[in-house]
Order: sequence, then structure tokens, then C-alpha cells
Amino acid sequence: MSELVVPAQADAPAAGSDVMVRAEQVHKSFGPLEVLKGIDLEVRAGEVCCLLGPSGSGKSTFLRCINHLEKIDAGRIRVDGELIGYRERGGKLYELREREVAAQRRAIGMVFQRFNLFPHMTVLQNVVEAPVLLGQEKKAAARERAATLLDRVGLGDKLGAYPAQLSGGQQQRVAIARALAMRPKLMLFDEPTSALDPELVGEVLDVMKDLARDGMTMIVVTHEIGFAREVGDSLVFMDGGVVVEAGDPREVIANPRHERTRSFLAKVL
Amino acid sequence: MKSDEATTVRARPEPIRAVPVRHPGRWVAVAVLAVLTAMFVHLLTTNDAFNWSFMVDKMFRPPIIEGLLRGTVLMTVSAMLIGITLGVVVAVMRLSDNPILRGVAWLYTWFFRAVPRLVLLAVFGNIGILWSRIEFGVPFDTQLGQLFGIDNLELRLFGFSSRDVLTGFMAGLLGLALSEAAYMAEIVRAGIQSVDPGQTEAAQALGMGRGQLLRRVVLPQAMRVIIPPTGNETIAMLKDTSLLLYVPVSVELFFQLDAVGKRTFQIFPMYVAACLWYLFLTSILLVGQYFLERHFGRGHGSAGRARLRLRGMNAETGGTPGKVEP
Repeated sequence: MSELVVPAQADAPAAGSDVMVRAEQVHKSFGPLEVLKGIDLEVRAGEVCCLLGPSGSGKSTFLRCINHLEKIDAGRIRVDGELIGYRERGGKLYELREREVAAQRRAIGMVFQRFNLFPHMTVLQNVVEAPVLLGQEKKAAARERAATLLDRVGLGDKLGAYPAQLSGGQQQRVAIARALAMRPKLMLFDEPTSALDPELVGEVLDVMKDLARDGMTMIVVTHEIGFAREVGDSLVFMDGGVVVEAGDPREVIANPRHERTRSFLAKVL
Repeated sequence: MKSDEATTVRARPEPIRAVPVRHPGRWVAVAVLAVLTAMFVHLLTTNDAFNWSFMVDKMFRPPIIEGLLRGTVLMTVSAMLIGITLGVVVAVMRLSDNPILRGVAWLYTWFFRAVPRLVLLAVFGNIGILWSRIEFGVPFDTQLGQLFGIDNLELRLFGFSSRDVLTGFMAGLLGLALSEAAYMAEIVRAGIQSVDPGQTEAAQALGMGRGQLLRRVVLPQAMRVIIPPTGNETIAMLKDTSLLLYVPVSVELFFQLDAVGKRTFQIFPMYVAACLWYLFLTSILLVGQYFLERHFGRGHGSAGRARLRLRGMNAETGGTPGKVEP
């Protein structure tokens, strides 16, 4: 009974698969506004977890807590067994130094709604910058790998272009390649297609599907129900800072158990 | 459907040939300005007090040229270099999480922006009055020594005579550079704050530290906002080197021209010479500023750069810009 209580999985795959992300009772407030009111979540290695919910439900905030862009007020978040943002010793929590937080973030890739590519660098420089600056790779090797990554997201011919010369969909694919260049073990996507014109959404989702097939662990905040149903291994529906419902995406979308899930899905489907 | 076709096929109407609007006011303005110009030329050519030949004879003399090169040009360059470097440091301090650094930076900018440059230079010019020697060591060493019953305790690490270091030039440089740093700090701070916070987040998410993301991501983008006012600051600095007269700095353009004027009782021609020299120097800087701003403005959102590249591409492939090839 001392084991952690996790939401029951209807069809848990291969027993004993390692947990990549484990969040326990995560609380977060901005001033008087409590945005997260105790989030429990578990994502296994290789799993694609889709976070769904109305705007203001706290899903983006929760995602930003996972790589410590936001400090949590209570609870614990562990990525690959490592406590994020703190060190626990003798029952006491010690805040990590900025350098240590940065080191933790290197293993966690993040893709933003608004791409946030570096506008003063070419596509290739955007992807090469971090691995070289942080001493992960030599410049020549990094360039070669960046070219391979960009080829994989279908932009092998845009290496010398600047972000502003690309469409939104192309920029977002560069952003994915940039995050992958750090060889992350976990990828966070914060509404990656919400800022795109409708006809450009598909190309970004295709890259993400490709990534999921390769076994990347992904947490995706999205409004793309189709993507969640097709690619997701689990779906978490959040509202008002709590997890309302979680489970197999096809199951949840077809037969939502909660009224709030039902009314949300009725609006977006 | 038929009527639509008819519109497109219809013959092009004849071009408009209308009588343009007349601007009689412009002709009046030209006439007035012509009279005023004639009056000004009359003044320049007929008033003997200008003493043109004397001015031309004196304004290229070696001490004046030396003053121009050292006291004006070298001083502007050095003061701006120190000012920009220190300004970036103060701006970063001002934006840091450390409340002590923030407070110190605020105090610095407050002091150096509140005291007029002329007064500041006069103070720095006479700072030698405070110390005959400038020494670095344990503060209150003698007083502390007395507490422990030691007379004349001196815990000094190193020092130098203030006359060696705080000569006119160094005092002037210090005054101008420190004051410039305060203005540059505000400019750099505005530049850094103009960069989208998403850029910082993206760099943080990649695992960059604060210094790294500042140097590689934020500052290069802040440059677009920082460069134009820095150009203005440089031009203002060049003109403000004339204030060195009050330090005083003798190897300086205005000091030298002023000295010649006072010595020969030909003050006015030498002041006209000063006007001409400063006009000449600032004009050079204005040209430089134009090209610098064009270079950095190009990077804005890279739309400009994209256009430039597109133009280049068109030229390469032999296409005419603005014409769509079928």
C-alpha cells in the first residue's frame, strides 16, 4: 500500500516500462490566482501524452513547469527519476542553481506556440547554436547532424534561409529540429499548431507523428482532437487546474465520462 | 457573365491630362529666402570682423590639428568605447535579479544623469585636490590602527601620484566616459527590454544560461534598437568634447582655437573656425550613421533582408524585379 496511487490505465502496455515523467500534486499560483490545483500525471518512456482542455485550464502552465520555466508552489515533478528544479536531501528541499536547472533543461526539448526561432540566425545556425555553445558537439559534427535533422523535417533546402523568410509551418518544423538537436529524452509541445494557418497544420503534425513513431516521449498540449486520437497513447483532459479525466484517447473521445469533458468535446469536434 | 467579359475586353480609356494644382506660396517662399540668402552672403563677404584670411591661416596650424586628433577624435572614440562597455554592464546589472546590483545601477545612472556634464568635468578636473596620491588599500587603516593602539598604521597595496594619472586628458576622459555610461545604460536597457521574452524562454528551454542567452540571443537582437541612439550619442559626444575647455584639457580643438583667439584678440574668427571644424566632423559621423542604420535596420524581422535577397536572386537569374514571369 506504500506504492504511489496512479490513475488506472485501461490497457497498460508492456508492464515495467519506465516512467519518464511523474508529477505529484503539482500546485501553482500566479498571485491570488491558483492555476494548478494538484496535478497528478504519469508519462511512460516512449508514450505520447496529449493534454486537452479549454483555455485557462492550466495545461500550458503545467507544461512549462515540467522544464522549470515556471516554479511550482507545491508537489514534485520528476523527469527520468530526477527531481526538477530542486534537490531533496535529508527531507529538505534545496533550490537548484541556475547552472543545474539549465543542465536539466538540456534533456527536455520544448516547442512553442509562437515558434520563437532566433530571427538573427539562419535556419542552420538556429539548430547548431545550442549544441555547440553548450559544448555537446564540435561545430562540424553539429552542422552535419543539423542538416540531417532539417532534412528529416523536410527543410533540407532551407539551411541558409532566415526565419522570417519561412512560412509558419516551416518555422515550426525548424523549431522542432532545433529542440531535437539537443538529443532530448522528452519533448514538450505547447500548442504547436495553434498559431498556424489551417493549411499548414498538417505538415507540422506529420513531423510530430514521425517523431512519435520513432519512440520519442512526448507531452503535447493541443486542440487537435484528430492528432490525439490517432497518435496519442494517453489523453489527459484538464479544466480549472485539475485533471478531470485521463485514459486512452479513443476511449475518452468516444465515451467521455465527465460532463465537462463531454461539453468541451462537443464544442471542438 | 457576359457583361464581365465585356468589361475586361473594353478598350483602355485615354490617360488623364488634368491641369495640376498651382502652388503660388512656394514662389513667395523662394523669393523671401533668396533675399535672406543675399543678405547673409553680404554679411559674410563685406564685414571685416570675419577676417577670413586670418582664420584660414590659423585653423590648420599643427597645435590645432593635434588638438583635433587627440582631444576631439581620440577622446570621442575612447569615451564612447568605455561608455558603451560600462553602459552594457550597468544595464545588465539594472535588469538582474540581484537587488543590490539593481540598486547600485540605479544609483549610478541617477547620479551621472542628474549632474550636468560641464559641472562633472569641472569636478573631475579638480579631483586632484582630494588626493595628492591615489592609493588602494584597507579603508580607515589609520583610524583602525589607533583603536588597537598602533600609530600611523598604513595598509596600502599600491598607489600613484594623482598628477601622473589625473592629468587633464585622463580626468576629462573619465568624466565624459562615466557620464556617457549612464546614458548608454538606459539605451541598452531599452534595447534588451524590446526583445520578445519568448526568445529568452526558447534559449532557456534549450539549456542556455543567463550569460549565454544574453550574449548570443538577446543582445544581437537588441542591437537594432540600440544602434540608432548610440549614433546620436556619438555625435553629441563629439560636440561635448568642447566642454573639456573647463577641465582644462589643452590638447583639444576648442581649447586651442579659443587660446589663439584670445592671444591675437581675434576671438570671433576663431569661433567661426570652431563652427566649421565641428560641422565638418559631425557631417562625417552623420554619413557613417546613415550606413550603420541601414545595415542594422535591414535585419528587422528579416523582411528587409528577404527583399534584398530576392532582388539579388532576380538579378542573378536575369529576371526583372517587379515583373512576374509566366
